[in-house]
Amino acid sequence: MRALWGLAGIAAALICGVVAAAGIEEGDKRSGFDFMTRETQALQADDTSNPGMLWVLQGEQLWRQPEGRANVACAGCHGDAAQSMRGVAARHPAFDEATGRPIDLAGRVNSCRASRQQAEPLAPESDELLALTSYVAHQSRGMPVTPAADPRLAPFRDNGRRLFQSRIGQLDLSCATCHDANWGKRLGGGVIPQAHPNGYPLYRLEWQTVGSLQRRLRNCMIGVRAEPFAFGAPESIDLELYLMERSRGLPVETPAVRP
Amino acid sequence: MDDPSRNQNLSFPIGRRQVLAAGLAGLVVVSLPRRVLARPSLEEAINTFTGGAEVLDGRVRLELPPLVENGNAVGITIAAESPMTAADHVRRIGVFNEKNPEANVVVFQLGPRCGRAEVSTRIRLATSQVVVAVAEMSDGSFWSSRASAIVTLAACIEDLS
Amino acid sequence: MARALINVPKTARRGEIVEIRAMVAHSMETGYRMGPNGVNMPRDIIRRFVCAYDGEEVFAAELFPAMSANPFIAFTLVATTSGTISFAWTDDAGETQTASADITVS
Repeated sequence: MRALWGLAGIAAALICGVVAAAGIEEGDKRSGFDFMTRETQALQADDTSNPGMLWVLQGEQLWRQPEGRANVACAGCHGDAAQSMRGVAARHPAFDEATGRPIDLAGRVNSCRASRQQAEPLAPESDELLALTSYVAHQSRGMPVTPAADPRLAPFRDNGRRLFQSRIGQLDLSCATCHDANWGKRLGGGVIPQAHPNGYPLYRLEWQTVGSLQRRLRNCMIGVRAEPFAFGAPESIDLELYLMERSRGLPVETPAVRP
Repeated sequence: MDDPSRNQNLSFPIGRRQVLAAGLAGLVVVSLPRRVLARPSLEEAINTFTGGAEVLDGRVRLELPPLVENGNAVGITIAAESPMTAADHVRRIGVFNEKNPEANVVVFQLGPRCGRAEVSTRIRLATSQVVVAVAEMSDGSFWSSRASAIVTLAACIEDLS
Repeated sequence: MARALINVPKTARRGEIVEIRAMVAHSMETGYRMGPNGVNMPRDIIRRFVCAYDGEEVFAAELFPAMSANPFIAFTLVATTSGTISFAWTDDAGETQTASADITVS
């Protein structure tokens, strides 16, 4: 039933939707937080009621726990995350020398596990990976999104912008159709937000758990009846790179709560 | 304790044919589990909680947001007027819903050491409906408050089944 | 690893009514949701929550599938004496997660 409503809503948006090439004006940039009801905002704002804090708490424990054949904890190299990880999420994805590509926080955690801890990678969307990335990103809470200035990232960011503006799926919609040209309007019972990635990993009421930006991107792609990117796909990182540039200046909210 | 709403299902069996017949009226009905159709009514669930005692209006306040963005986590607060002394306090507060697959939501057990009869929690509402809170006082009387919420549906959801 | 977030004031005056908040990580799987293979996911919920003050039960709750995932309960207690406020969540499988916090009453 909900899916039918969704389909009807998306179809309506398709008919009304005219893509504006300009995107969001600087003064109009708003976090998804601003589009939520007062009740959902209150859920996020208070750490003792924000369910995402359960993952942050678990991440804090995992940070100090020795892992892998090297038997070393994240804290063994990075020390106190409150200092060493402050601002890190605000400037990721960053350029990874080893692969010559941008890497996101989850990729960084797993790369560290492989090279430093000699441990198996954590599975996408596993509680452990979400907990560690939530804990690391939480250290940047309140700081403005400040994408890395590394010129080597430019071609990947351009590819992300291209993906954002490309129509895909049976519904023939691009990210921009909804989130540049029609944000603020209603789709089904909800308001279309501007699609900023400044709160991830976040607790989504629909998921009833914490999830990554990649999970959210896959949702959108399934929604427009397109084949979603696999977890960790390079396209996903490129898109994240562009989304971070697009949300430059918004505060990091991890762990955000969204409906 | 066993769920009273499940035991009562046995007294309202609905056959597969009836379910299929109902499906002619709307495709959606077919997809609902049989248990959904056979759950006890709101009043029956409250009756089980009170043991059939009379339920009076007042002394309890149920706060429920009138418009809900996502039914998976709806914040509610229940407050009962009571001095919360050993002689006069709230023993239990039961919360019941009208249209979820099961009528019971939660039963809180309180006592004089709580100091105040006020509890907040988060509940699931499958759809727009009425929610009732019933407080059992130490003198054996029952008091209730009801509120309703409209649960809006999001367009972009992950599960398309 | 117990994943619970509890909020108990560290200090209180004797007789003061203090707010207690308790949240625990749990999917609260209702038994009514369909999994990816079209089969209902089995029910797995926390059934009972108990709060004890120096070992004596002072607040409890019986939970049903209509309670949200990662159940959150806020209530009040009278600060009577310095001691430990403990919390226990027991699920369908009979497994119990616990957490506790100390309160100093003057």
